[in-house]
Amino acid sequence: MHIIVCIKRVPETAEAEVAVDASGKAIQTDLLSFEINEWDEYAVEEAVRIVESRGGKVTVVTLGGAESQKILRKALAMGADEAIHLNDPAFLGGDSYAVATVLHAALKEISFDLILTGVQAGDDGCAQVGSILGELFSLPSACMVTRIELREGVVAVERELEDGMAEICELDLPGVLTIQTGINEPRYVSIMGIRKAKGKPVREMGAGEVNLPENTLGVSGSLTELKELFLPPVETEAEMLGGSNEEIAKRVLSIVKEKGGPI
Amino acid sequence: MSGVWVVVEHRQGEVREITFEMFGKGNELARALGVQCHAVLLGDDIAPLAAKIKPLVPKILAVEDPGLSEYNALTYRAVLGELIRVHTPLMVMIGHTACGMEVAPRLCAGLKWPLATDCVDMQVVDGNIEVIRGMYSDKVNARVGFRGAPGCILTIRSGSFPCEPKADDDAEVTMLPSPPLSEAQERRFIELVAAPKGDVDITRADVLISVGRGLGGPENLPLVEAFAEALGATISCSRPVVDKKWLPKERQVGTSGKKVAPRVYIALGISGAFQHVTAMKQSGTVIAVNKDPRAPIFNVADYGVVGDMFDVVPALTKMLQEQDV
Repeated sequence: MHIIVCIKRVPETAEAEVAVDASGKAIQTDLLSFEINEWDEYAVEEAVRIVESRGGKVTVVTLGGAESQKILRKALAMGADEAIHLNDPAFLGGDSYAVATVLHAALKEISFDLILTGVQAGDDGCAQVGSILGELFSLPSACMVTRIELREGVVAVERELEDGMAEICELDLPGVLTIQTGINEPRYVSIMGIRKAKGKPVREMGAGEVNLPENTLGVSGSLTELKELFLPPVETEAEMLGGSNEEIAKRVLSIVKEKGGPI
Repeated sequence: MSGVWVVVEHRQGEVREITFEMFGKGNELARALGVQCHAVLLGDDIAPLAAKIKPLVPKILAVEDPGLSEYNALTYRAVLGELIRVHTPLMVMIGHTACGMEVAPRLCAGLKWPLATDCVDMQVVDGNIEVIRGMYSDKVNARVGFRGAPGCILTIRSGSFPCEPKADDDAEVTMLPSPPLSEAQERRFIELVAAPKGDVDITRADVLISVGRGLGGPENLPLVEAFAEALGATISCSRPVVDKKWLPKERQVGTSGKKVAPRVYIALGISGAFQHVTAMKQSGTVIAVNKDPRAPIFNVADYGVVGDMFDVVPALTKMLQEQDV
């Protein structure tokens, strides 16, 4: 079994303050920490577990600059066998369609059983690349997958719906799945583990290797156009509570009491 | 038939709320573009579903086929792709739901039409459609335009628009033929699974203390449990806490968990992703504690504390325990 996992390097923003940079089309990144996209980490773990129990090979692939090496090394340390680094300035700045176009071109000569991606990336939240790959490869796809069961030539998946419900469906292999967080517990890898994975092969591919015309790459290959980024208007009418921890606690408890709490 | 299309999402015979929200905005945008809003309805038994949406849109395009009895990304892709190719709408609106997010990217790639997902607003600027969508944990908004095709595809975030009120007239229903669905057999629907039942029902609590990613780890739970016990409150959580197995799924507040509306909701270390906020904003009073002053949770809070939950929570517990003495 050969599983390809598409991964992306993203800034951690859920717990950080975010500001727009001078270009108006990107955010200031100097104070942010970059990691493998959270959903993708679950996808790598799932692929490694499948191959550990059934045999085979995991290939991780990312599109990004030299700094994306780090997440490839992490995925290799988690147990992936080899990596492909789509690294060319011409690839950058594109929308999901442009990114998937390059991934498709880079992977189309490779035989595989499954492509896994995260449901979405924590930076743009687009949730598109996995399903677009399904369409470009003419393969069945399923999103928000929370359980995978492989049988001969077929994969049964549970996928998350709204309100705690789930759908079970079955796909012929090869297929494309987008992996939801919580499907497993990604293993911890130490710095030492990452060093040990140094010997695993990382293949670099640029625009020449993927063999696509320049007008299909990056911004010119995109179907959407980012006009600007801006901070959302603050809609809060919340009363902000300040003071010492004791003063805050006192206010909070009096609010809870007044609003019908159990105190 | 070029117009603004709204793809009807339905499950187990019910039209899902996102559809009615899209009708509201869809009708408005159709007027701005000088066209009509069309509902696009796929299923194996159209009449009962059509009856529910007839008073809300001027036109319904319906495709009835036994192969459409259950939602399937591939059958929806096949039918919608053919309809769009033949009729060229200006804009196709699909819910940004577990179903819509599977279908829309396949349409985008198959037709080479631009797609913007998870849109929270749309406007017509000089005859062109532009959308607003959240990025970076919803801390930044992006304005996005389209090019290269006669129309665009959008997926719409739940709760972004009010439901369309009923009009006086009933929609005209046009039945259209289904393309062959044989290729769509590469994916097969098996069954729907109901939500798991746990031993705690967070939807019945008067006061919820909800923890998020800011909890840091399961080792910090006792701190929050002591506060909850002293207050007589129930503990709930946001998605990352369940993903990391710090608390069980039945405690999750969110679109994929439970919708709650307690009298008091105390959010600790929850940034306020829309999937969470949608499911708790009906609460009586919301008190939020978060380190980031721009965390979206403060947009739905009545009271906010910018600070570390690990400073505030022990002070609260101590004060409650001293009151008891």
